[in-house]
Amino acid sequence: MTRKQKRLTIIAGAIGFLAIATGLTLYALRQQTSYFYMPADLEARPVAEGQRIRLGGLVEEGSIQRSDDTHVRFAVTDGEQSVTVKYAGILPDLFREGQGVVTEGAFDGAHVFVADSVLAKHDENYMPREVADSLKEKGVWQEN
Amino acid sequence: MSIELGHFALVLAFALALVQMCVPIIGGQLKNETLMRVGEPTAMAGFALISLSFAALLSAYVLSDFSVLNVWENSHSAKPLLYKITGTWGNHEGSMLLWVLILAFFGALVALFGRNLPLTLRANVLGVQGAIGSAFLLFILMTSNPFTRLDPAPMQGRDLNPILQDVGLAVHPPLLYLGYVGFSVSFSFAIAALIEGRIDAAWARWVRPWTLAAWMFLTGGIAMGSYWAYYELGWGGFWFWDPVENASLLPWLGGTALLHSALVMEKRSALKIWTVLLAILTFSLSLLGTFLVRSGVLTSVHAFATDPARGVFILGILMLFIGGSLALFAWRAGSLTAGGLFQPISREGALVLNNLILTTATATVLIGTLYPLLIEALLGEKISVGPPFFNLTFGPLMLPLLAIVPFGPLLAWKRGDLWAASQRLFFAFGAALLVAMLAYVVIDPSSVLGAAGIGLGAWLVLGAATDIVLKSGFGKATGAVAWRRLIGLPRSVFGTALAHAGLGLTMIGIAAVSTQQEERIVALQPGETVEIHGFVLRFESLRPFTGPNYTEDQAHFVLNRVTGKPLGAVVSAKRLYQARQMPTTEAGIRTLGLSQLYVSLGDRTPNGALVVRVWWKPFVTLIWLGALVMMAGGAVSLLDRRLRVGAPMPRAKPGKAKVAGEGARG
Repeated sequence: MTRKQKRLTIIAGAIGFLAIATGLTLYALRQQTSYFYMPADLEARPVAEGQRIRLGGLVEEGSIQRSDDTHVRFAVTDGEQSVTVKYAGILPDLFREGQGVVTEGAFDGAHVFVADSVLAKHDENYMPREVADSLKEKGVWQEN
Repeated sequence: MSIELGHFALVLAFALALVQMCVPIIGGQLKNETLMRVGEPTAMAGFALISLSFAALLSAYVLSDFSVLNVWENSHSAKPLLYKITGTWGNHEGSMLLWVLILAFFGALVALFGRNLPLTLRANVLGVQGAIGSAFLLFILMTSNPFTRLDPAPMQGRDLNPILQDVGLAVHPPLLYLGYVGFSVSFSFAIAALIEGRIDAAWARWVRPWTLAAWMFLTGGIAMGSYWAYYELGWGGFWFWDPVENASLLPWLGGTALLHSALVMEKRSALKIWTVLLAILTFSLSLLGTFLVRSGVLTSVHAFATDPARGVFILGILMLFIGGSLALFAWRAGSLTAGGLFQPISREGALVLNNLILTTATATVLIGTLYPLLIEALLGEKISVGPPFFNLTFGPLMLPLLAIVPFGPLLAWKRGDLWAASQRLFFAFGAALLVAMLAYVVIDPSSVLGAAGIGLGAWLVLGAATDIVLKSGFGKATGAVAWRRLIGLPRSVFGTALAHAGLGLTMIGIAAVSTQQEERIVALQPGETVEIHGFVLRFESLRPFTGPNYTEDQAHFVLNRVTGKPLGAVVSAKRLYQARQMPTTEAGIRTLGLSQLYVSLGDRTPNGALVVRVWWKPFVTLIWLGALVMMAGGAVSLLDRRLRVGAPMPRAKPGKAKVAGEGARG
């Protein structure tokens, strides 16, 4: 093969490979990204049952109910609306009432949010950024 | 007083870095030897000054000098000495100081061991290092000064974030930075080559050991970080596709590609322009990682503080260096001559394919990491790109790469024979297939994917072994001859085999844990048991315990096999750090062979039971052991002592030049 042909082979291979990669990436971005909602956003942008979203806000005071097995129910609020969240498993160390959290999961038929992951902040200075931004927009943010 | 000394030393180091940036490069343009030689003493003096500065901060931490703002914010007098020391880099300012310290260290190494480099190349390399150094020193002095005083000095500090008080964290950042910053050397060489418009195989022989060393440290840093997250965060996961983790994975992928393309350049003087571009991109990805982690654009454990001024400053540095170097590349790359020819099926071809796949995979990880930032900046919508995205893109791209790895070392340079290589790998392939079938039948008949992943890992390990066996001629020559040949093989051959086998081990670990781990979440009263994977874990009692700067509730468990054979106690705890009133989970981990039993505690239920999460993690330790084997491969390669042919100049001091100058080949 001449230099030109070799180069073309490599370039053709590269283009083919990149095409596959691009296809995969676009498909995955369409399918596998989840949007962030605060409870009050749910009225403006309704979410279908079973659609995966991330729901963030503050854990409502007095809303945490633990059962005798490993299930926990609590409410996530943004000061306007609140949504009941159901979770089975171990909550993060810094999960408390009045604390900012981001939960990920989907709504079930009874309009309860079934979360499969709950994230709280890593230390006392850190609030999930989406939550902090949204709370600031709504004017219920308190600097501590 | 020593604090002010540290600050002054840093200012002086900045001034010196400016000299190091300008004078040698100007000297190179004017062909003035005296000016070019300014680079070495300034690089070494700069390193001495930054060391002094770092030592000043370190001593303030060890002595708990709370009149220093940074120490007050991140330390506490009751903290164990080890964490006082590691606290020096457990915060934004201190970790940036460590960053420039390591940069200056590499600069000094180039000055010290670079005596056999052509004078202009050395001058330009040190000049570029000076430019990077001055940018980051200015950044520290302007926005992140660790030496700010606090008046009046408080009696007690605010303590280090408890999850950072850990041995893993003592090692993780320095290793990671040795990797990140190590790539600055290959970057500087690339820029120097572009400035001069000259590049040859000797250049690649110089760049390879630096890239290899940086790659080795980065491998260790990533593995350490992953293990730390695994046991410290109490979630039992080893990789979360968190943007900050991706920030360290990106330069690793780029660096791995660079390592392989520099090999082609060294041996066959092909892929010159591509190698230069990869060297620029790899360090750019390191800078991007620094920006993502340090600017507070992303929130995570690593984002110590968010200050917009810092973000803008680092973004400026980022644009200056990436934009500048790519512009220089566009302008000068044409002046570099094209190199040797090769057939598509050849060692070079295999390495090109490796590069193609690695760079594509890097691009997908980059897109997944930056996409949410981009969408938020453009549309204001907040989205997250999580593990499913990366599993769907990165996975399918990397699997073919892993499958072809064993072929690479068996193909000849220039023109290879794929059929012959396949025949030689026949045994390894059969054995790997057998492993996969065994995994399917014996371990878990429900997961085809897991078995295939384990088989793929075994294929890599066996393929690496095949390479060694073939090169030493076992089976063809008599035992004694083959043994002598084995010992005589260049170390880099072992390095390659070890690195590839390590990758295989990591692959086995990931496949086994991802598909075959077992999990139980139960609420236990004292005396109750939970059964998992043939083990019985009995909850004994909850006892309080007081540590130096924390109190904890320790849950004591007794572990037995189902057959009744006792395996001893497992302790897991919920810890409360006094100074910050912050709870952490201390997982109880029991290693059994290569697998681990992982016990983590939750809250108490209303009736007083303790929520316990237990995982059985089969072969999980292989994930990190594999990384250690990869590092060992890098180290063995670095020690390759084969004499180089066509070195640019005779060595002035052979004894010294060997350590850094000897490249790996294979």
